[in-house]
Amino acid sequence: MKNNRKLRLTKTSRTNFLTYLMVIVAFVVLNSMSNAGMLKSALQGQLVPICAYVTMALALNLTVGVLGELSLGHAGFMSVGAFAGAVAASAMRDAVAAEPVRLAIALVIGAAFAALAGVLVGIPVLRLNGDYLAIVTLAFGEIIKSIINNLYIGVDARGLHASFVQNTIALGDGGRMILSGPMGIPGVTKISTFTAGFILIMVTLVVIFNLVNSRSGRAIMALRDNRIAAESVGINVTKYKMMAFVTSAALAGAAGALFALGQNTIIASKFDFNQSILILVFVVLGGQGRMWGSIIAAAALTVLPELLREFADYRMLVYAIVLILVMLLTNNPTLKGFFEGLAAKVKKSEKGA
Amino acid sequence: MSNTIKREPTKLVPVPSRNKIPERDADKHPIMECRHLGIDFGGLTAVNDLDLAIGRTEIAGLIGPNGAGKTTVFNLLTKVYQPTRGTILLDGVDTHNMNTTQVNMAGIARTFQNIRLFSNLSVEDNVKLGLHNHIKYGMWQGIFRLPGYWKEEKKAHERALELLSIFDMQDLADAKAGSLPYGAQRRLEIVRALATEPKLLLLDEPAAGMNPSETAELMENIVKIRDTFNIAVLLIEHDMSLVMNICEGICVLDFGQTIAKGTPEEIQNNPEVIKAYLGGRKE
Ligand SMILES: Nc1ncnc2c1ncn2[C@@H]1O[C@H](COP(=O)(O)OP(=O)(O)OP(=O)(O)O)[C@@H](O)[C@H]1O
Ligand SMILES: [Mg+2]
Repeated sequence: MKNNRKLRLTKTSRTNFLTYLMVIVAFVVLNSMSNAGMLKSALQGQLVPICAYVTMALALNLTVGVLGELSLGHAGFMSVGAFAGAVAASAMRDAVAAEPVRLAIALVIGAAFAALAGVLVGIPVLRLNGDYLAIVTLAFGEIIKSIINNLYIGVDARGLHASFVQNTIALGDGGRMILSGPMGIPGVTKISTFTAGFILIMVTLVVIFNLVNSRSGRAIMALRDNRIAAESVGINVTKYKMMAFVTSAALAGAAGALFALGQNTIIASKFDFNQSILILVFVVLGGQGRMWGSIIAAAALTVLPELLREFADYRMLVYAIVLILVMLLTNNPTLKGFFEGLAAKVKKSEKGA
Repeated sequence: MSNTIKREPTKLVPVPSRNKIPERDADKHPIMECRHLGIDFGGLTAVNDLDLAIGRTEIAGLIGPNGAGKTTVFNLLTKVYQPTRGTILLDGVDTHNMNTTQVNMAGIARTFQNIRLFSNLSVEDNVKLGLHNHIKYGMWQGIFRLPGYWKEEKKAHERALELLSIFDMQDLADAKAGSLPYGAQRRLEIVRALATEPKLLLLDEPAAGMNPSETAELMENIVKIRDTFNIAVLLIEHDMSLVMNICEGICVLDFGQTIAKGTPEEIQNNPEVIKAYLGGRKE
């Protein structure tokens, strides 16, 4: 029995370890292929977005899979992080010369602003019991889109200037507009790198895994499993809901900043409801609460449309078929049973060897 | 957001309790006392004018036919429902402004009639959740795995196994709580409740679904728990042999009304009680 305990104890940590390993191996392989010029240009251009979407899926999985609440507006947090990060990076262009440092600061600023948005959304909603979060986050995503679509930000020697009316910003000598409402940020200096994306994913995994396997994470999962029982053992419901949701928003913000700083231009309408649903699809396909699943689903479904360009007209058709197949593979009880049986057999033969 | 309970200073209310509490507890004020407690659901008065006092180390019983309002009393005491009328004093403190979480921190822990475990988590994690407010480290210490994390988690692990050993369940520590057999799930709920270090433990039909030998063992364990933890226990139970054997004071409800209070002998010979149980429902 003692021995058995030890084995079981390592099960979660083994899954976590394999997840880290998977990310590291994928990075090393892709990075060396990229350096050797072996990647198709379509894929090459997708490396940073893949990292951003993987982080997004992990962040949303914290809300959906671990906390058990539905968010239909996570693209909103990505958007907040994207614009906060990109504006910050642009404003710091001269002050901070080293690109990696500027990128790191931009990611932190993106995360901070998204966390703030998370607090503002969470405070009124997470005190309520019931599925209000889905509705409110849905509205939040739309509101953020409208706000940024109407926001003008310029910078000059005196600092940042913001307005909701274009012509009211009077910039001094050498001043320039950074964000121009519906035009977004037209001239982003691309400073995001694949390495930075890899580091962001690793940091996200450490945060999520260590949070989940701690006192706070247990409390969060207890709320998911049974709120009334959680209250009955003295767990502060609002506190732990906020903790999970704000952490999730902050990670989404960092992902947004990484994404934005890897693009030439960035506009608010990119982060719409469809985007939120797409990220939710990654989480559902990968399995709720299963981080490695989110990583694979996000990476595969981000690359797929690019790789399918060859199919031209049939592209969306093939995409849909792949989606359905993945859904069947991961959720069909018969197929699941088949794979589990297979896994058990493999384990048995391993033991025998 | 702190874990401390905001409340007024302790008020000791020297009102004589309306039911007898055991001799040994009589010189101290009761651990829990409620007066004129009642709740309406729309037009239905589920509990009415309940007066109850539980001694500090008493094992008390709450019985009554189906739908009498027993579980509702537990839900009132733990603030799952806010009372429509009446007061609850927990260790002399009025709980009117507390919620379920705060009531637990103030000293009431409970189990549920329809089991409510954290069924996707391990048995050990369920107990550690009971220990939640006694584990002293925060989110950042957890994320960065600072020394506080390791120290406190080790302590919690050892304490959890120790508590599980009350019911000889330490070998099940890594099993998923939802996968346990019914009886073990009921026992785990008791362990989880005990982990919160309550002064009063509420057990809602702890013997439901157990066979006679399991019930006998449970009976011994309830007494053992009271003796080792030195706490009060209030239990709801339909198994009369259990109630009559271990309860020192019994309160009988019918249609939300208190129809009798007393020692097991008094209850067994009370005509009102016999009528409520044998005479079927009054129309
Ligand atoms: N949330 C609620 N809303 C409306 N009515 C309720 C609610 N909770 C309980 N009741 C009603 O209150 C009455 C008492 O219910 P309660 O569950 O307390 O009975 P009980 O004594 O625990 O019965 P049992 O022995 O079957 O568990 C019942 O008529 C029930 O329908
Ligand atoms: Mg009941």
